[in-house]
Amino acid sequence: MATGRDDFVIAIRSAFLKKKDKQKFSLLTLIFVSIFVIILSNLNFKVIQFVKLGINEVIYRSSHIASIPENYLKDITSKFNSHMDLYKSHQKELVKLENSEQLELQNEFLTAENKKLRDLLDESINSKEIFARVLIDKDSPYLKSVVLNKGTKDKVKIGMAVIDEVYLVGQIIEVNYSNSRALLLSDLNSKIPSVLEPDDIQAVVSGTGSNFGTIEHTQIDYKEGINNKEIIAYTSGLGGLFKPGIPIGKIDNTSEGQINFFSDFTQLNYVKIVSYKFGGEK
Amino acid sequence: MSSLNKSSFLRIFLSYLPIVMLFFSVFNEFDFNYLKLDYFAFNFVHLLIFFWTLRNPDQLGYLAIFFAGIINDVVIGIPIGISSFYYLILCSVTAYIRNITLTPNFIKDWISLLFTILLINSIQVIILDLVFLIKVDYTNYLINSGFTFLFYPIFFVFFNFLNERISYQTND
Repeated sequence: MATGRDDFVIAIRSAFLKKKDKQKFSLLTLIFVSIFVIILSNLNFKVIQFVKLGINEVIYRSSHIASIPENYLKDITSKFNSHMDLYKSHQKELVKLENSEQLELQNEFLTAENKKLRDLLDESINSKEIFARVLIDKDSPYLKSVVLNKGTKDKVKIGMAVIDEVYLVGQIIEVNYSNSRALLLSDLNSKIPSVLEPDDIQAVVSGTGSNFGTIEHTQIDYKEGINNKEIIAYTSGLGGLFKPGIPIGKIDNTSEGQINFFSDFTQLNYVKIVSYKFGGEK
Repeated sequence: MSSLNKSSFLRIFLSYLPIVMLFFSVFNEFDFNYLKLDYFAFNFVHLLIFFWTLRNPDQLGYLAIFFAGIINDVVIGIPIGISSFYYLILCSVTAYIRNITLTPNFIKDWISLLFTILLINSIQVIILDLVFLIKVDYTNYLINSGFTFLFYPIFFVFFNFLNERISYQTND
């Protein structure tokens, strides 16, 4: 019995402390170093923040370079598919174009009216846009995020909205000197205050870790209102980070309560990083 | 002379191939760990580290694994040091198995892999979910662990072939 225990101790000691010919550090040393790094990376000392920013800068750029051949292949595939679908998409676009001309006129009038009314209430919203390119869109089961090529040098700040065309795709959660990371709406940790139209129901759009979102913290019977109509989720503006009315996604009869985001997060190339100023804010 | 140079190039290339594969997997956007397919994903890096640290630890240094973990954390955006920590836990298990095994056996390795993956994924979930309060999807972890276990024989054949080539070139 004692011999068995001795063997176990010897095997454990040998595994953790013994170095092979080509190993420079023992396993135990490196395990302690990694625990030390985990603790350090969560302390908010200035030196650590600078080291972290440096590491992020170098690794993001290197990862972007390492992914160039793969992105090139992706681009070719996407162009080929687009070429094959040309006729079908052309027919769809024609129908859309007919409707959009009417909607555009109506939209222009409503926008002007809305601006006038907001000015009267001293609730005008001014926005500042920064155009950014997606450097890395390595998805993982743990965090749905993208790395953008704009950082503190371009006055990007944590909490700014990330927009693809006119649709909300996420918000900035980490800023480095020349790049930043945006958390996508599909991430489990993403919670966006929203309003469900046309019924004007307040809710929170939450990510699920998959390509769709869910509605949380809302009226229990909101699903009854969905029957036979399409519900669009817009940002509600509560929280003061985003302006109200940015389209997020839609819920229809086929989506079984899931919210389908308007933007395809796998196809993001260029996005806008937007900050908003409300009313008399300086 | 030419054949000598060729052989020497091949030897160097093969001996660095496990490290190249490791760093390529953590740096690159393409990830077997997230294939955008429902209910299918496996962790290539876990398989790579498990095999090489178990069968031929000279080809994959612990320091390289530590740095690969740091890079992985930065690229996928989780707190720095977590991947290094659980990659090294994986190495500890393989080092222990190596010490208590006289003759390597595929089936025993395979079963140990299952326990190891479940252990390191549990550690990761505990650190991310309970310590850093980052929400994680438990189903994804379970599916990932299952497929990583199931895919080991396929990668074992490939890595074993590579390992034999490396040994052949080294002893040549």
